[in-house]
Amino acid sequence: MPLPRLIPCLDVANGRVVKGVSFVGLRDVGDPVELATFYSAGGADELVFLDIAATPDDTQTMTSVVTDVADVLEIPFTVGGGVRSVTDASRIIEAGADRVSLNSAALAEPSLIGAIAERYGSQAVVVAIDAGEGVVHTHGGRVATTTPTLAWAVEAAERGAGEILLTSIRQDGQRTGFDLELTSAVRSSISIPVIASGGAGSAQHVADALRVADAALVASIVHENPSGLPGLRREIESLGVHLRPLKERP
Amino acid sequence: MSDVVIVDYGAGNTRSVRAAITHVGRSSEVSADPDVIVAAPYVVLPGVGSAQSAMAHLNETGAAAALRERFHQGAATLGICLGMQLALGTSEEDGGVTCLGLLEGKVVRLVADRVPRLGWAIVEPWGDAYYFAHSFVADAPDAVATSDGLTVAVQRGAFFGVQFHPEKSGDAGLTFLGRCLSLA
Repeated sequence: MPLPRLIPCLDVANGRVVKGVSFVGLRDVGDPVELATFYSAGGADELVFLDIAATPDDTQTMTSVVTDVADVLEIPFTVGGGVRSVTDASRIIEAGADRVSLNSAALAEPSLIGAIAERYGSQAVVVAIDAGEGVVHTHGGRVATTTPTLAWAVEAAERGAGEILLTSIRQDGQRTGFDLELTSAVRSSISIPVIASGGAGSAQHVADALRVADAALVASIVHENPSGLPGLRREIESLGVHLRPLKERP
Repeated sequence: MSDVVIVDYGAGNTRSVRAAITHVGRSSEVSADPDVIVAAPYVVLPGVGSAQSAMAHLNETGAAAALRERFHQGAATLGICLGMQLALGTSEEDGGVTCLGLLEGKVVRLVADRVPRLGWAIVEPWGDAYYFAHSFVADAPDAVATSDGLTVAVQRGAFFGVQFHPEKSGDAGLTFLGRCLSLA
């Protein structure tokens, strides 16, 4: 089994990182390239960029962010938000992203999952599920659909998704820990890896999530103190979860 | 000519490989020209797309023949992920694909707890963790390294192939890449 991954998630709008990143140690906290490099140096195993504006004007800006990030980053990264077609996915992947994350577009058009997987491989397709009360939600978790969470995860995997990014809308932003029950239920119903998301408030929370998931997404816990990432990793390891050993820069 | 020629097989993203090569202080260019591939000091066969489309493109451009010629001349080539798998005889991917046949062995569907096998894993006997993203794996006699019991590096003559992505493996990956390119 690969080692569990710690994945900081950056919200980007109009080419800038938005929402709650503290300035400690950074010249320009809104610069996605600088923040990505900083987190990479701090031991992030992977990064996720969510384009939260994803308007037509914003699309071109996001593509150039992806290019700039790919030129400096030597860890994998996923881009989500605004991927609604194979053309969108191609634009993002050919700009240098390793993977795209699909959310509502995949729900609206499930065949999109297979179409992208066929072209770039399953490992390039993440399906993001915002889950609550047993069903999938859309519009940032505000609107409940009638689609059961487990059934959708199984269908996404069958259609060629390479990983599920599972966000508990109940726990998201609460900082009281991940929804371990939901994560375990989804992971045991499929054979692709699962990223747990929503609720990280402490190293203990992340360590608990990494015992039931393949990776954990973290946001405010690292953005409030970007310099604290190496410390967070050490704390997680001291709780008995082995992360990848870091190597000195050549 | 650049220090390193990255073989273009029409599958898009070679940006990360180029960036990593630049990072370790080497120049690179992307080409499918057989003459350029044969003459290059060092060649990287990158890992993107599917086995079938990659082989179709390599055969069509003459890059496949150029890679075989390099191999017979003992000129250094690094295969990454799919680029490593393409060096073997055949692949089970896409219903069966004839590959370059530089090395003996075949590419088989990965059987593991989770597929695709995604993430960082320790490579033995080297000891460092590298980044993997694969659903197929080599079954080959020329194995030189393993991870979770899987063959993840092969070597024969001047061909070296790795299943992981050195360009995505942080400082361990850059160290590895720098060591490979010291042959360029």
